[in-house]
Order: sequence, then C-alpha cells, then structure tokens
Amino acid sequence: MCLAIPGKIIEAVTDRTDFAVVDVCGVRRRVNIGLLENEGVRPGDWVLIHVGFAMSKIGEAQANDQIRMLTLLGESEAAMQEIEGYGFGELEPPRES
Amino acid sequence: MKYVDEFRDPQLITRTASEIRRLADPQRHYRIMEVCGGHTHSIYRFGLKDLLPPNIELVHGPGCPVCVLPMGRIDDGLAIAEQNGAVFTAFGDMMRVPGTHGSPFQAKARGRDIRVVYSPLDALKLAQANPGKHIMFFAIGFETTAPSTALTLMQARALGIRNFSMFCNHVTIIPAIRAILDSPDMRLDAFIGPGHVSTVIGCRPYEWIARNEKKPIVVCGFEPLDILQSIVMLLRQLQEGRTEVENQYQRVVPWEGNRPALKAMAEVFRLRPYFEWRGLGFISQSALRIHETYAEWDAEQRFRVPGIRVTDPKAAQCGEVLKGVLKPSQCKLFGRECTPEQPVGALMVSSEGACAAYHTYAHRKAAEVASYS
Repeated sequence: MCLAIPGKIIEAVTDRTDFAVVDVCGVRRRVNIGLLENEGVRPGDWVLIHVGFAMSKIGEAQANDQIRMLTLLGESEAAMQEIEGYGFGELEPPRES
Repeated sequence: MKYVDEFRDPQLITRTASEIRRLADPQRHYRIMEVCGGHTHSIYRFGLKDLLPPNIELVHGPGCPVCVLPMGRIDDGLAIAEQNGAVFTAFGDMMRVPGTHGSPFQAKARGRDIRVVYSPLDALKLAQANPGKHIMFFAIGFETTAPSTALTLMQARALGIRNFSMFCNHVTIIPAIRAILDSPDMRLDAFIGPGHVSTVIGCRPYEWIARNEKKPIVVCGFEPLDILQSIVMLLRQLQEGRTEVENQYQRVVPWEGNRPALKAMAEVFRLRPYFEWRGLGFISQSALRIHETYAEWDAEQRFRVPGIRVTDPKAAQCGEVLKGVLKPSQCKLFGRECTPEQPVGALMVSSEGACAAYHTYAHRKAAEVASYS
C-alpha cells in the first residue's frame, strides 16, 4: 500500500473536476485528483498515485526517479498491475434529481 | 558494496556513507527506528546496513498496517461477508494474510466470492455495476490510504449506492510511535519518520516526539540516498544536542500536510476509543471508525460483527518483531515453518513486512556473497 506510482496528467475529465486521465508508462487510466484540489492539477503535471488517488504533485525528474526506484525494489510489475487494474474511471455521475 | 552501482549517484552515496561514519561517535551505540515498512523494504533491498558503521543499529518499527492487524479482524471481515452473502473485496496485499481458517485467497479457493481491487473506488464501481449483490470493501492502511477510503464513502453517499459497505481497519501512526516509546523493552535514540503517511498528516504531528520525548525525527523519502541523508541529519542532531522534527522528503511532503485529505477524514471518520494491535496490545485512540452519518456504508453498523479475538500461534514471534525487540531472523519460525510461500504471520506476507523483506533480500545477498567466493 505504500506503492506510490508516478503518472503524468494527460487531460481533464469532462463534468468531473475530481478526476483526470493519467498516463503511467503508456497505460492510461482515470484517477481521482480531489486531494490536490487546493493546488490544482493540469495536463502535463506529474503526480504520485496511491490506490487510485493522486496524493502529491512532483517534478518529471522525480517521477523518473520513482519509476526507477520501483523497478529496483521489484515493485514495477505490481505498480503496472495496479494501474491497469483501475476500472473505476467509468463511475456514473450523480443523478440530476 | 555491490548495490552502490545501482544507485543513481554512487559517489554521493559513498560520500554520505562516509559522513555517517565521521559523525557516529565510536563510544556510542545508536538505535534508530524506521517506522514505516516501506523504509524497511528499501533498507534491505539496497543493503543499506552494509554502508553503516557497526555501532548504528536500525530497528524496524510497526509501520505495516497489514502486519499489525490481529488475525481476528481478518476472520471478522470474512465472516461478515459470508453471513450476509456479500462479495469480499480487498487490496492484493490482504489476500494471503492468514486468518484462523486460512487467508482470503484460500477462502476464495473454497468457493467464496472474493475479489482483489486496486482502489476502494473499484469496489464502489463493482457495487454500482452489480445492483443485485452487496459489495464489502476491507479498508486498511495508515493515514496514507484513509483519505481515499473517506472520499470513496463520500462518493457512495452522493451517488446513493446502497449495496456497498466498508469494514474499516484504518490505524493511525502517532499512537503506535507513542506505544513504542512507552514500551519498557525499547531504548531508541531517534526516528526515521514515515514518508507517505506524512504527505497526509504533515510534519507537525511528530513535534511531541522531539519536544516531549527528546528524540530527533526526520521525515524521510524512500531512495537509498534519502535514507542515508536522514541518518546524517539525525546524527547531526544527536551530536549537537538538538531534538527537532526535520523534513528530508520536502519534495513530496508538505509541512502542513494535505488539507483536502484531512478534511475528508474529519468528515467521515472518528477515532475508536481503543483498538487491538498485533504486538502492541490495545492502544487507545489509535484507529478509525466510520461516523454515524455514513452508518449505512459501515459494515460494523450495518451488520453483526462476530468480534473474533484470536492469538497468534504460540511459536510465532510476530509481536516482538513488530515492536523491534527481535530481528526477523531471530524468530524461531523464520525461514523454516514461516516463509513467503507458507506464511504463519502477516509480516512474511505483506510487501511492507520486515520478515518478507529480510527473507527476500538477506537470502539473496548471502547467495551473491557465496557466488563471489
């Protein structure tokens, strides 16, 4: 659970200000960016993700370091499995009523 | 010094290791605890102990939320799901943790509907997609993952998804550190502070350690250089007679923590009066429960909880390893009855468990040393 996965914000999600599309080593998924609402995230920003939530904004160099670290720790496979496993991006929006 | 080659900046690593040797007082034996299981993992993986002088001892702390959870809570979670015909969902790390009647994985092999999810939002999505089933999520983790659980519960409520609940086993780091410091078995000089927990809670919550307990603490990143630099900072404090909270992981950890995360947690959770921890016993105000506003999504308020209390197998010394009193290899079952393939206790299963880290890397190192000779 201490798996902090670095990803690059690709685009915002229409109608959902608390989600964004992130790219992690070529895999694209939606993650929740609600915890960074005070700082704001924009396409091109890099973030650290835990269990589907972006927790911190980081620099690109640091993101590369983190990927390297995960590989050295033998956790890069688990990290990719986790990112690929995120299937919640299609949670339906709140009903109008 | 084989691992030095893998480091991004081996010269800086070597210089930092030299600085540690220069700062360490040869008349003194230092006991520094790294609280977080992720740090334990890094320390073993990168062979950092070999870069330290022999009078610096790294003591492994209880910062592995899967490891500190008593077996009875696994049993409870599985029982609630079974008794209510619910789908049991949890992170992968939880699946091989032994309960009294086996792990969730083993229950799955016996036909129970048990699924790995990578995010609490996945469990919620499962509920939304399967209105005919009840989905229960086994929530676990320190403050790192508690905000994610909180936001998910807020989503469940906002979306009106009623076939969903959480069995909450979130614990908090500060009471664990306090229990360690209060323990008569422990004599510690300083702390390497958690990295990712601190991105949520910030650095302020550690101030009492420095001020009242008079122990230096440095919030630390996970790279080898981060850990070595933190040790330098701790040794400097000890040498200069300072006791402060310092933030070595500034590139990620904000001093004030993450406001939206703390706000979400404050809305959804309250502190339990007490909670049982493997190895540390009952600790007051050390775990989170779900507030009544979210009762409908709280498995403990919605369903009957068996309240199973089980002691660990007698021969297993999980509690002592968790407290840092024993090294993993000193447990009688280590590497024999208890291995990653056949774990007796959670410390051998979890990616953040001291026993798993030691078993994976210490054995590897021994094999490599043997291959050189």
